[in-house]
Amino acid sequence: MKIVVLVKQVPDTAEERKLDLTTGLLDRDAGDSVVDEINERALEVALRVKDANKSTEVVVMTMGPDGATQALRKALSMGADSGVHILDDSLAGADTKRTAAALAAGLKVTGFDIVLAGNESTDGRGGVVPAMVAEHLALPLLGSLVSAEITEGAVRGVRQGEGGTLNVHAALPAIVTVTESSAEARFPNFKGILTAKRKPVTTLSVADLGSADLGSAELGGAGLTGFGPGADARVGSTVIVSTTERTARAAGRKIVDDGTAATELAEFLVANRLV
Amino acid sequence: MSNVLALVEMSHRGEIAGSTRGLLAAAAKLGTPVAVVATATALTDDDVARLGGLGAAQIYAAVTAAAGAVLVIPALEALSEAVRALQPSAVVLANSVDGREVAARLAVRTGGGLLADAVDVRADAGKVVALHSVFGGAYTVESAVDVGLPIITLRSGAIDDHAPAATPEVSAVSLTVEQGNAAVIDGFNDEAAILARPELRGAATVVSGGRGLGSAQNFVLVEQLADALGAAVGASRAAVDAGFIGHTAQVGQTGASVSPHLYIALGISGAIQHRAGMQTAKTIVAINKDGDAPIFDVADFGIVGDVFTVVPKLIDALNARTS
Repeated sequence: MKIVVLVKQVPDTAEERKLDLTTGLLDRDAGDSVVDEINERALEVALRVKDANKSTEVVVMTMGPDGATQALRKALSMGADSGVHILDDSLAGADTKRTAAALAAGLKVTGFDIVLAGNESTDGRGGVVPAMVAEHLALPLLGSLVSAEITEGAVRGVRQGEGGTLNVHAALPAIVTVTESSAEARFPNFKGILTAKRKPVTTLSVADLGSADLGSAELGGAGLTGFGPGADARVGSTVIVSTTERTARAAGRKIVDDGTAATELAEFLVANRLV
Repeated sequence: MSNVLALVEMSHRGEIAGSTRGLLAAAAKLGTPVAVVATATALTDDDVARLGGLGAAQIYAAVTAAAGAVLVIPALEALSEAVRALQPSAVVLANSVDGREVAARLAVRTGGGLLADAVDVRADAGKVVALHSVFGGAYTVESAVDVGLPIITLRSGAIDDHAPAATPEVSAVSLTVEQGNAAVIDGFNDEAAILARPELRGAATVVSGGRGLGSAQNFVLVEQLADALGAAVGASRAAVDAGFIGHTAQVGQTGASVSPHLYIALGISGAIQHRAGMQTAKTIVAINKDGDAPIFDVADFGIVGDVFTVVPKLIDALNARTS
């Protein structure tokens, strides 16, 4: 079985994250970039299939700038067999739809029995790319699974719905996303870190993805001339109108409890009509 | 005014989702609100009256046997048909597990543009503009769709408004759904007890507990204060990781983002991860025994003290006031 895990490099949530106020795009120099934690959980689901059946092939795929290779190496050190990096300057600042189109094209090149991803990234939090990929590939999506069981030919799992969970299944090939409640990811071991450097990472440019699936019409509307040099500066059918930084919250009153703090707090809540 | 479609989610028990009010209110800001719904059996008169009360001027009701049998595709097909029939200027959906999958597929299918996780919408010179609260409210970003149909997912609880009530015209259609690329639903497991507490996302008041509570037993204190205030219960990641409470209560960058009128943080240090999920609250109260905890940097009212001393007294003071 061939499992492709989609990974995304995101700014570390443990640090201050910044947007560029002129472009509205992520300021990648503001902090460290890491593999999104939810992707490590998706990878863990794949690696457990591999633990049980060594013939399983686990490929990690990302789209991102040069530095995103680090995210792939981290995944390789955890136990994935190879990486695919969709890398093309024309994809910088791609919106969710364009990202999904490129990933779907990449998945067609790579081939797969099942694709695993996180249910939403910690930066954009849109949670829409895997469903877009599923639509491009006309495949079922088992989204937001808290547990997944992958067998030859099928995947079943428990989906976190709004008022409870659902038991769901689909025949393979299929796309699956997992939530924060799914398997805790393993840490890379020493051998994993050493061998990760020697594992193959294939780079795919937009040209490698094949023009048939990346026509301009499919990829973000009439304003686009397509990928590659000379492409329209607008990178999707969505545009950022403005980006403003919220003024930082100021600290208010701080008191040390001397036995009366609870009463003062109750008075504060009443005075501000909060109770 | 042009039609704006709102996808109404209905549970398998036939309940109209709580997100519907906000969706119809958002649709009403942009045009004539049309409720689109896919169900296995026809809507009842009560459903129609309820949707009218929430502001639906029209209801596009698709009946298909596939609803409740497969994931997402029935709603997607209903919405695709409604887009064809009603030529809307925008489509709004809940940023729910189902809503965003429908929105994503619809965007690919119709060549529209997807504006995800919006906290508000407005019409600007004929263009639909969505507002997003990014990186835990550190930035406000406005976005629009330059080519194609704007498809917007709305963050749960973000819109307080209520569209004016209407008497909806109902278009009932029967829909045949190709189930080939759909995931199959084998069964529903409803949450055992529907708690009397409000839902975390969208609650007016949230009381959250952190590692400072020390144990799952002690976490009851958070619930007691929440109940005294009629509030939802939240938790920091540290409290969830320590097993004090389930993951669904987690507030933060991973977990729920909340913007209540009042947020009370008990025994929470206020790591950036947590602040990203609550710093857009209108008023923040923090109680923590560590006076240097970063939560105090964002708190409107901070108490350096022991939660086990202060909170019981606070509950008494609140109860004394109401009785």
